[in-house]
Amino acid sequence: METGFWLFLLISIIKILVVVVILLTAVAYTVLLERKVVGRIQNRWGPSRVGPFGLLQPLADGAKLFLKEDLIPESVYRPLYILAPIIALSCALMSIAVVPFGAPVMWHGVNLFQITDVNIGLLVILGITSVGVYGIALSGWSSNNKYSLLGALRASAQVISYELALGLAVVGVVMRTGSLSLKDIVSVQATHGLLSWNFFGGFQFVAFFIYLIAAYAETNRAPFDLPEAESELTAGYHTEYSSMKFAMFFMAEYANMITVSCVATLLFFGGWSSPFGNLIPAVGGVVVQALLPVFWFVLKVFFFLFLYIWVRGTLPRFRYDQLMGLGWKFLVPVAIANIVVTSFWMALRAR
Amino acid sequence: MHLVLFFIFGALCVAGALNLLLQRHPINSALSLIVVMTSLAVLYLLLGAEFLAAAQVIVYSGAIMVLFTFVIMLLNAGSEERTHGSKMAYLFGFPGVAALLGLLAFVFLSRSSSFGQAQLGEYLVTTADLSKVLFRDLLLPFEVTSVLILIAILGAVALARKEH
Repeated sequence: METGFWLFLLISIIKILVVVVILLTAVAYTVLLERKVVGRIQNRWGPSRVGPFGLLQPLADGAKLFLKEDLIPESVYRPLYILAPIIALSCALMSIAVVPFGAPVMWHGVNLFQITDVNIGLLVILGITSVGVYGIALSGWSSNNKYSLLGALRASAQVISYELALGLAVVGVVMRTGSLSLKDIVSVQATHGLLSWNFFGGFQFVAFFIYLIAAYAETNRAPFDLPEAESELTAGYHTEYSSMKFAMFFMAEYANMITVSCVATLLFFGGWSSPFGNLIPAVGGVVVQALLPVFWFVLKVFFFLFLYIWVRGTLPRFRYDQLMGLGWKFLVPVAIANIVVTSFWMALRAR
Repeated sequence: MHLVLFFIFGALCVAGALNLLLQRHPINSALSLIVVMTSLAVLYLLLGAEFLAAAQVIVYSGAIMVLFTFVIMLLNAGSEERTHGSKMAYLFGFPGVAALLGLLAFVFLSRSSSFGQAQLGEYLVTTADLSKVLFRDLLLPFEVTSVLILIAILGAVALARKEH
């Protein structure tokens, strides 16, 4: 093999390592952010003892989870009990691979701000998310505990139902772009700043709200956190898990939140593109110009993470029949209507 | 590179299919089937059918097999018992399978020159190409198929509905 291949491999491995480390750090600090923000919403301080503003709390939590005893109950089905958290975490970490973090910067023919640009990037994310439900389903079943099983059943039913609305919601965006590659979806929106984002300029706000609701349900977050409803199911599917296996589910949940926020940013809010378009003159050198899009991207993702926490602190949990009714009777028809209206609009524009 | 991947995932596919038959617990069989489906998706990808690969993962591994495991979990199905197998299977099944395999092998080997060839990783059918074929050249069959599936869904609902 020629040297180009080995260079490509080396750069790719470095990119993967950097992204995974940043993602896991972001996961740890999203947990802290959630505890702080929910604390403020509930009129208390949240973690404030470890380090300034509790900033070292994630380290303490991590050390605690590592050092705890790893209990495996006697009557679990061991192979699947051990496999389930691995499936959950690896699926949660994988989908970040197709996310473009910044404007394409080529170095030796490799894009530095995206691990890989797949033609079907959006479908890859949907596929990995849909496989991720096995982690929850198998953990609940293999635990041999009725609460876990009920939690897992709820999770599977919920994810299958809302996946449909989620998939239909993004069709409008795909039609406007004419591509499933996330890089193309962003670069189409990067022309006129805020006005060319799919949310504002593309009139995809209906699709955006459907996507957001469905994505909250997909990640099992409040107000759709029925799989782990404490008052009904103890802790749901991870009742029997402890130590690092529990931490893996926990990390998977927050990594999924980050992925969902990234995808919402990419599809509806212009990804790395600046909201001001070309109004602001290009200042600074090459490095600043390369890092500015990453800043915008991170800012938008942070906004969505904050929204996640805000919603959790505000809304009560759905009842199960309400959840199913909302998914099938409201979100799916509205998503289909959005596709029809968008395609009519595009057909009129194309004449 | 493509050939190595082909052999790895081809082997995984066959191993998953064998494991599906040999496992005694239905949930292990269902999981083996997921391995088979996902490996098939990789084989599609190697042949350049990227949309088909993604659809395979989303539809089969992600939706249909979740329903399978869902039902197994809901019914709390236990392990199957091992039996000695029926006499009919020994009498007719194995010779029948052997004959079928022999026939297929004979046909494929004797007519191998008239088949076309597909090189791994040589060409790529993009989603745009696929949709042009489906929505332009084959629009009528495509729509008729979708109506057929819709009728099948309605039929399933009608059969499963409780009488009022």
